Amino acid sequence: MRDDRYVSAGAIVVRNLRVIRGGTIVLPGLSLDVETGTVTGLLGPSGSGKTTLMRAIVGVQLVAGGSVEVLGLPAGSRELRSRVAYVTQAPSVYGDLSVRENLAYFSSVLDAPAENVESAIETVGLGGFEGRVVNSLSGGQRARVSLATALLGRPEVLVLDEPTVGLDPVLRRDLWDMFHRVAEQGATLLVSSHVMDEADRCERLLLLRDGRLLAEGTPAGLRDASGATDLDAAFLRLIETEEPA
Amino acid sequence: MTPRITGATALRVLRQLRRDPRTIALLLLVPSVLVTLLHELFSDRPQMFQQIGGPVLGLFPFVSMFVVTSITMLRERTSGTLERLMTLPLAKLDLLLGYALAFGLFATVQAALVSAIAFGPLGLDSARSPVAVVGLAIANATLGMALGLLVSAFARSEFQAVQFMPALVFPQMLLCGLFVARNQMAGWLRAISDALPLTYSYDALARLTSPAALGARFWADLAVTLGGALLALALGAATLRRRTG
Repeated sequence: MRDDRYVSAGAIVVRNLRVIRGGTIVLPGLSLDVETGTVTGLLGPSGSGKTTLMRAIVGVQLVAGGSVEVLGLPAGSRELRSRVAYVTQAPSVYGDLSVRENLAYFSSVLDAPAENVESAIETVGLGGFEGRVVNSLSGGQRARVSLATALLGRPEVLVLDEPTVGLDPVLRRDLWDMFHRVAEQGATLLVSSHVMDEADRCERLLLLRDGRLLAEGTPAGLRDASGATDLDAAFLRLIETEEPA
Repeated sequence: MTPRITGATALRVLRQLRRDPRTIALLLLVPSVLVTLLHELFSDRPQMFQQIGGPVLGLFPFVSMFVVTSITMLRERTSGTLERLMTLPLAKLDLLLGYALAFGLFATVQAALVSAIAFGPLGLDSARSPVAVVGLAIANATLGMALGLLVSAFARSEFQAVQFMPALVFPQMLLCGLFVARNQMAGWLRAISDALPLTYSYDALARLTSPAALGARFWADLAVTLGGALLALALGAATLRRRTG
């Protein structure tokens, strides 16, 4: 467990975060940091608490204890609402509106310049689909509309819950390239995934299991530390070292 | 609260409604068909139609706005868009007033159409201007909308939301004085009727369309109708939580 007196200038600072959902302890006392300007991967099996942690970071999760600071402010602060963007795992856009109508609405809410709508559509590769009603799109396309919505306000922190699920490999590569471009401009991205081959595209990794931070570091660092050649094997070894069979 | 966001929300709700022309047609035409049926039902006793026709005009927007709002808000809750909105710089009042503006506008069209048919070809007489009847109908629509918004918090599915209509709207219709005059009701029924907001809306409509003087009771009725709407709206706002478990 990390020393609580540790001071960090990270974009996201989580200390002793405790979340109980429906009588079950999801996060027993989690502490971690996400460095500013990085693409950090949040990895772990389903049920490990990734979504709960992300919800706490964007301030929509009721928490039982601990603290979460984003950009130096308590998570969920009013000032953060235009600086932090969140994309849920299930696309949260209006199915009965067109792609452009969805983006136009969220862009007015964020008071973003009108040209951001077109550039967000372009960024997620939905050019040509602007007029299509979201319900008539494929699951992957809907996920991209949801992602485009998060890019509208040019946020400083992007919290993305499994944004590339169900997308074809070319598109996934393009989106990961885009994440890095956004980070190079100074934004901080926290991207969850349960696909290990995506982990290699992150600068830093946080491995979560049963609500605890199992390991953190660079992909190469984690491989070296565990002596495994690929991240899947590294993750397995880390689990085995923690809980000998 | 920000007028830009309130306006954008109203526009978004109207755009969603526009994608569903069948619902628009049903909402606009069904009241006219029903009021025509009522006219034919009392073809032998035209004084009955004269007596209840006016109040009934004002009840249609109450019922339809209750159903439309409860389902639309439930969709907003279940699709994840409400959670996304709660992470954005949008005040709860922006959302509620946006809905109120959009549906209020729609209720105005609905009430105007059914009034035009009742006061025109069906020969309904009103002691006072049909415009006042439409105005009161809009107040009723606001009440129905506010109640619909409130109950949407207690429905887990659209199926449940629809069941709230017989559960919460029908008793109010039965006890408001439309079917049996309130002074002919058993004491305990009358006591329940006293506690239901629609009783006051109905009474206001009945007084407005009858030739007798409006009296202080009319203004009290109007105050209860609008006060009930505000109370339900405030309770509905309390169910919109930024943080959830």
